[in-house]
Amino acid sequence: MTTTTINLNVNGKSVETTIEPRELLIHVLRDRLDITGPHIGCETSHCGACTVDIDGRSVKACTLFAVQAQGSEITTIEGLGDPDKLHVLQEQFKEHHGLQCGFCTPGMITRAHRLLQENPNPSEEDVRFGIAGNLCRCTGYQNIVKAVLAAAREINGATDKDATRETAA
Amino acid sequence: MIPGTFEYHQPDSVQAAVALLDELGDDARVLAGGHSLIPMMKLRLAMPEHLIDLRRIDDLKFIRIESGVVHVGAMTTQHELINHAELAQQVPIIRETSLQIGDPQIRYQGTIGGNVANGDPGNDMPGLMQCLDATFTLLGPDGERKVAAREFYEAAYFTARDDLEILTSISFAVSPGGYAYEKQKRKIGDYATAAAAVLLRKAGDGVACSFASIAMTNLADTPIHCEAASQLLQDQGVNDASIEAAVASCIASIEPVDDNRGPVDFKKHAAAQITRRAIKSAWSRT
Repeated sequence: MTTTTINLNVNGKSVETTIEPRELLIHVLRDRLDITGPHIGCETSHCGACTVDIDGRSVKACTLFAVQAQGSEITTIEGLGDPDKLHVLQEQFKEHHGLQCGFCTPGMITRAHRLLQENPNPSEEDVRFGIAGNLCRCTGYQNIVKAVLAAAREINGATDKDATRETAA
Repeated sequence: MIPGTFEYHQPDSVQAAVALLDELGDDARVLAGGHSLIPMMKLRLAMPEHLIDLRRIDDLKFIRIESGVVHVGAMTTQHELINHAELAQQVPIIRETSLQIGDPQIRYQGTIGGNVANGDPGNDMPGLMQCLDATFTLLGPDGERKVAAREFYEAAYFTARDDLEILTSISFAVSPGGYAYEKQKRKIGDYATAAAAVLLRKAGDGVACSFASIAMTNLADTPIHCEAASQLLQDQGVNDASIEAAVASCIASIEPVDDNRGPVDFKKHAAAQITRRAIKSAWSRT
C-alpha cells in the first residue's frame, strides 16, 4: 500500500498528514484531522453537505482526493466562526431559522460564504442559483435564502430593516 | 464509498503526462476535473491502477482569442469559461451553456476537456462543440493531431481519441449573430432530457438567414449535428413554416432511448419544444 504525505492549510493552520491516494478529502478532514463540520450526505456529488472552500472555490469534498489538495488553503465551517463569535451567515441562519435539522447547514454556509465573496449584493435569484449545489432535505429553502440575503445586507452595512431587496414573502 | 487502490501521478507538463500514459498503458486513466471519473471509482465501476492527474499542468489552462479563433486549454474549468469577459462577448453561447452544467461546485472543478473527451452522451459541451464546428487537438506518443468535433464521437464513451492520447485543447471560430442553448432537465445538476445548441446569422438584407447551425444533446448515443435542418434554415430563412420543418428534420435525426428521464415519445416531444424555442430565441438575438 502506497502512502503519501500531504501538507494543507486548514482554517489558517498548517497540517501534515499521511494518507493513501484513494482517500477522499472529506474522509481525511473528518477521520484524520477531526474536522467534522463538513458532513457526508449523499457521497455522490449531489447534496453539497461536504462543501468546503479550497483556494477560493466551493468544492464538494466527497469528489476530490485529498492528495489532490496538496498545498491548498482549505476553509471549513469551523474556520468561518465559532460558538463565541458566530459568522454573520451563522447569525442570520439562526435569526431566520435557516437551520431546521441542521445537517446541510455547514455546507450551505460555506457555499454561501463564497457566493457572497463573488457577488456581495445578490438578488434572490442569484442566491437560489448560487446555492443550487446544496440540498436541504427539510426542503426549507425559503428561510435559507432569507438568511443569505440578510447576511449580504449586513455585510454591506445595512440593517435588516432595509430589506428592500427581499422579494419573497 | 471508497475507491480501490491506485497510484497517483501528478505530472507538471503535458509531455510528461503523455509519456506516463504511454508507459502505463491500459492500467492508467487520465483525471481532469474528476466529476465523472471519481464517482465511477467510488462505485468501483472504474478501477484504474494509476491515476494521472492533469490539474497541475498550467499549459492546459488558457483561453486565448486570436484572429477570430478561440483556443481553450483542456483543463479550463466551466467557472473560468463563465467568467471570461471577452469569451462571453465573442462566443456568448459558451457561457449560456456552461451555466446550465451541473451546479456551482461542479462548475469550479469540471473542465471543458473532460466534458468533451469523456464521450458521455449526457455531457453538454460535445453538442455545443459540434454546433460551433470546433476542432480538438490530441497529443499522443506519435505526436499531435487534430480531429473535428463533428467526427470525434463514435458511440457512447467511444471517441476518436486513442487510449494513449490526451485531449489538450479546443479551437473554434468566434460566432457573431444569434445564439441559444436550451436544456430541458429534471432538476439543477441533472443531465439533459433534451438540449439544443443553435447559432443563427441574419444576412445583410436583414431578412434572410446567412448561417445556421443546430446540434442536439443526449438524444442519441452521440451528439447530433443537424446538418439538414441547418441547411433548411439557410435556404428558406427563419419563419414559422421553416422552423417547423427544421424541428421535424432534427427530430428525424435523433434516436432517444427509454430511461429514467422518460419514454421515447416524451423525449421527442421535449426535443421538439426546446429546439423550436432555441431557434426562436437565437433568431430574436440576431
